[in-house]
Amino acid sequence: MVKQVPDIERVRFDVETGRLDRSSAEGITNPFDLNALEVGVQIKERLGGRITAISMGPPKAESTLRDCLARGADRAVLLTDRRFAGADTLATSYTLACAIQELGDFDLVICGEKTLDGDTAQVGPEVAEFLGIPHVAYVEEVRAFDRERIIVGSDVGRFHYVYELRYPCLITVTKDVNVPRLPTLRDKIRARRAQIEVWDAERLSDVAELNRFGLKGSPTTVVKVFTPISSRRRGVILEGDAGEIADRLFDILKEVGALRIEGE
Amino acid sequence: MEYKGVMVFAEQEESVIHPVTFELLGKGRELADRLGVELTSVLLGDGVGDKATILIHHGADKVYLFEDQSLKEFDPLRYKENIVPLLRDVKPEAFLIGATRVGRTLAPRIAAALRTGLTADCTDLDLDEEGNLIQIRPAFSGNIMARIRTRTRPQIATVRYKVMKPAEPNPERRGEVIKRDVKVIEDSGLRILKKEPGKGVDLTEAEVIVSCGRGVKSREDLVIFKELAALLGGVFGSSRPLVDCGWVEREHQVGFSGNIVKPKVYIACGISGSPQHLFGMRDSDIIIAINKDPSAPIFSVADYGFVGDIYEIVPILIKKIKEQRRTAKNLKFLQHGT
Repeated sequence: MVKQVPDIERVRFDVETGRLDRSSAEGITNPFDLNALEVGVQIKERLGGRITAISMGPPKAESTLRDCLARGADRAVLLTDRRFAGADTLATSYTLACAIQELGDFDLVICGEKTLDGDTAQVGPEVAEFLGIPHVAYVEEVRAFDRERIIVGSDVGRFHYVYELRYPCLITVTKDVNVPRLPTLRDKIRARRAQIEVWDAERLSDVAELNRFGLKGSPTTVVKVFTPISSRRRGVILEGDAGEIADRLFDILKEVGALRIEGE
Repeated sequence: MEYKGVMVFAEQEESVIHPVTFELLGKGRELADRLGVELTSVLLGDGVGDKATILIHHGADKVYLFEDQSLKEFDPLRYKENIVPLLRDVKPEAFLIGATRVGRTLAPRIAAALRTGLTADCTDLDLDEEGNLIQIRPAFSGNIMARIRTRTRPQIATVRYKVMKPAEPNPERRGEVIKRDVKVIEDSGLRILKKEPGKGVDLTEAEVIVSCGRGVKSREDLVIFKELAALLGGVFGSSRPLVDCGWVEREHQVGFSGNIVKPKVYIACGISGSPQHLFGMRDSDIIIAINKDPSAPIFSVADYGFVGDIYEIVPILIKKIKEQRRTAKNLKFLQHGT
């Protein structure tokens, strides 16, 4: 599962209006999803199998799926329909889960731990629930896998847990799980010519209740957006030579309790 | 069919209640009192029964307790299979979960199973005139805040750790502990093979953080700032560029895609202050920034901003700290000697 997101590190942001100028940066593939795809490619290299990349979004999200095809996906499905628009995480997960069901048998669903724009980390586990399969979130390492199961590591609480998950299952991965490889020029050219399957709401009518898609199927609504009032700060700006500044810093650190001089 | 009351998920690991639980109980109590309803809590585990009283001391009127060996370790599926029927039965209007990794792994499963709305990582909760939960969370790297309402029940939210005040315990408080039958799942498809110590670096718990950014010219120079962090009994942090170029491990990263930190003192050395970095540290109690460029955005959130060269200032500061400590030690030695 992949998503196209605005490049949050580059996108221009208007502090006054609280608006994101989406045209100021191109859509990119959510970086965590590239790690997810890389996990799939590494499994495929050892065990074979097929990777389907699936995304929900506007028609221009097609470029993200082409990126996935260039990086090793075998098939790409774009869920795009006005009726999918305005979806919160519940409706999004429902739609994706229905599409996965429609695709047929699968062993493993992999997605990024979160998206850069939504930052909820909810869609992965919600899809797992809709599909009725176990999941592990925040996977930091894939230790082993075979045709029945995958062994993954994740820091969940104060410990690092090593889990064995039996297929079918879902994992969400962090950036630590691997370093996604770059597609070659030849792969890119091949992906440019490849077929992207476009699915609309009707395409899912056998497996889904259509009123659970999009805005209609979304129980949460943003009632208001506001710019946070920056916390009140002393805002003391000091200039001077390095020695003076170091002395002042020393005093401040002592004053705020960050620096103790007397030994125990 | 009436949904009433506020319920808090009590997170525990090896029978230690996660402190976010007390923050949820504090906020949950406030919301419940405003609504004139009960505050309940749900606790799952094995041999954790004595912890139920602590939840009551922190404000819960009732604690629903699920105890079984199958619940000894956190398993999202097993937890969900027990919590969902409880929510269907008790019907709280709001269910609050800590936005920890456990909470964020579990909450979506519960919300999807109940087909209800879930809001992630809230930094505040409020009520509107009709008593609906208003969930406040940052959006787009924290550049804006969104107020979110849920039309389904229960309204479920995960709440960020360390943003709300924990409830003060009152050992006199009385409440009811209700034991529930556990739905035991023999095989959930998930098995814990091993439990290893965590990485050990936890920026979110640090009291002092000394962070570096692009102002650092080479990887070798990082020792200067690590030394300052050590002298202050703090932890070393970093902005994203140093992590991306491989100089610093990701666990040390502060910012939107790294750790959200809230130490007592945050010292930013040579960090210009991208919105993504500011998002991760601007709630620190005291922010000190050193940067050559007086127009660096980091100064807009700093309590104390120093315009200068980190390569000059920090070594002098380190030298002074060491000298003063040595003097203090010698003085103490002399005093004891006489």
